[in-house]
Amino acid sequence: MPMLPRQDGEFVVVSCGMLGYGFLETSLERAVAVGLDLIAVDAGSTDPGPYYLGSGKPFCSDAMVRRDLELLLDAQIESGAKLVIGSAGGAGSDVHLEHTLGLLRDCIARRGRPRTLAVISSEMRKDELRAALRDGRITAFETPGLPSEDDIEQASHVVAQIGVEPIAAALTGTDADIVVSGRAWDPANIAALPVTRGYDRGLSVHAGKILECGALAAEPVGGADLLLGRIRAGDFIVEPCTEDRACTVESVAAHTMYEKTDPVLLPGPGGTSDLRGTRFEALDGRRVRVSGTRHIHDPVYRVKLEGARLAGYRNLVIGGIRDPAMIARIDSIQAGVVERIGRVLAPRIRPGQYSIKFHRYGIDGVMGRLEPVKATPHEVGLLVDVVGETEAIAAAAAGAARSLLLHWSFPGRVATAGNIALPFSPAEIPAGAVYEFNIYHLMELPDPAARFTWRLEAAA
Amino acid sequence: MAATLREVSRVIRSKNAGPFIFTFDIMFRDAATFAAVREAGHLDRATVARAYGLSPNEVLSFEWHGFANAVKFSIRREVASGGVGDSDVYGAQQHAPLLELQAL
Repeated sequence: MPMLPRQDGEFVVVSCGMLGYGFLETSLERAVAVGLDLIAVDAGSTDPGPYYLGSGKPFCSDAMVRRDLELLLDAQIESGAKLVIGSAGGAGSDVHLEHTLGLLRDCIARRGRPRTLAVISSEMRKDELRAALRDGRITAFETPGLPSEDDIEQASHVVAQIGVEPIAAALTGTDADIVVSGRAWDPANIAALPVTRGYDRGLSVHAGKILECGALAAEPVGGADLLLGRIRAGDFIVEPCTEDRACTVESVAAHTMYEKTDPVLLPGPGGTSDLRGTRFEALDGRRVRVSGTRHIHDPVYRVKLEGARLAGYRNLVIGGIRDPAMIARIDSIQAGVVERIGRVLAPRIRPGQYSIKFHRYGIDGVMGRLEPVKATPHEVGLLVDVVGETEAIAAAAAGAARSLLLHWSFPGRVATAGNIALPFSPAEIPAGAVYEFNIYHLMELPDPAARFTWRLEAAA
Repeated sequence: MAATLREVSRVIRSKNAGPFIFTFDIMFRDAATFAAVREAGHLDRATVARAYGLSPNEVLSFEWHGFANAVKFSIRREVASGGVGDSDVYGAQQHAPLLELQAL
C-alpha cells in the first residue's frame, strides 16, 4: 500500500539516522513518492566514543557512505527536496567535513548532475576557545568544572554542535540544493528548514528529536531504516516507510526517552523543548500524531563543545583462564602482576607512563565496579588492556603482563606450566591510538549564524 | 502477586546520555502496570542505587514518566565513554541488575 501523498499545508521530511548504515532503498522510494520538502541525514554522534573526533577518522566506511549518498543524491534530484547532512564524517570536524564532501563530489560527478552545496564548518579555533574561557563564556555541562587552557591546547579537534540558526541561514541565504555541515545538533538537520518556512519551532524540533535516529522510533526498531515526518500547523505525524514497521504511541514515547536524562525538558542550542503538554495519539495502526510541544526560548544562546585528545597507544593481551585456583585468586594475582611490572620496567619506564586495566569476562568484565553479582565462574576471559605514552611503552608493559600472568606463582598452584590460555601468537596486539573526551562543555555564543557561516560550492 | 521488573516491563535498557552518563529506562507493559508498580512502592531511588552498589545520592535523577509508562534514572560513569579503562562504550549492557528487582 503506498503512503498517503503530501497534503496541503504539510512539510514532509524523510530522515536517515546514520549516513553509512545502509537504509532500505525501497523506503526512500516510497518517501519520494509521498512528495518531499526535505531529506535530512544525521552522519554522526559522540556515541561511538572519542576516537573519531580525536583521530579525524570517519566513523563509517567509504563504501557504505558512498552507497547511501548515491541513493540520497538521486532522491534529492528526483524530488527537488533540500538535502541536509549534519555531523559529517561521524564527528564533524573539518577533516570529517572535507572527507564527506570528497565522497559527495564524486557521487555528483558520476551522476553528471551539477549541484550547489552550502558548507558549514563547526570546528572551533583554539584562540577563540581560550578567549571564551577567559571571558567566562564557557560553562560546565555534565561534568563538574571548566576545561583548562591545557585541555584546549591538547585537544586534537574541538567542534561545536551547531543548532537550527546556521543551517537555516544557509537554506534561506542561498539556493543550495544540499547543505553539509560539521557537527550539528541532530534535531537541527530536520528542524531548520520547516522553521524558515514558518512552522512552529517547538514542533519542528520535537519532530527532529523523534526522526533523527530514523526507524529507531518504530516497531520493530530499525537502526538503519528511514522515518517520515509530516509537520503541520499545530502538530506533526510520524510514520515508517516500510509496511512491516509501525510507529505506535509506545514506540514514539519510548524514543523520546532515548539517550537523554530528562525526556520532558530537552535543552538544545537556543532553547528548550518543553514536552510537559505533549500528546501522542495513534492515528491508525502505523502513524502517530504529536502535538502540544512548545519551544522555550533561551535568552542566552549556548552551543555544546566536544573535544578529544590523545590518551596514548593501546596494546592488548587476550587470554582465557580455566584453572580454579587461579580464578579464585585473580584479584591478588592481578595486583601482584601490576606491582611487579612497575618494578621490572623501572627506571626506564615509570608507572605514570602507562596504565593496565584487566577486563575479566565471566566475573565483572562488562560492569566493573557496578557489578552486583559475586560469583566464581569455571572459566574467565581475560583482556589485558595496556595504554602507554608510546607504542613501545605499551608493548613493553603488555609483554611483561603476559609473561608474568603466564608464570605467576601462587599458593595452591598445581598447573606449573602456565596460568593462562593464549589463543594467539603473537599474544600482544597493538591496537593503535586511544583518545579521550576532554572538552564537553557549553559555550555562550550570541550570534551563531554569524559564527558558523556557510560557503557555497558548485559541485559538478 | 509478587513480580520482578522483568515480568512487568516491555523494555529495560541502559544507554549513554552523552559520554559521561549512563541512563536507564524501565518501560512497563501498560498504564495499569505503571500505576501498580508505582503504587507498590518497591521501586525507588534507593532500590536502584542498591542494585549498583551506589548510594541514593549518586543516582542523578529518578523520575516516573506517565506519557511513556516508564521510570528513568541516570548515574555518572566511572570512566567516560571510550576513555582509558572504559568497558562499555555505548553503555548498552549495564541494565541487567534491574531485571530481578521486585516490582509488585
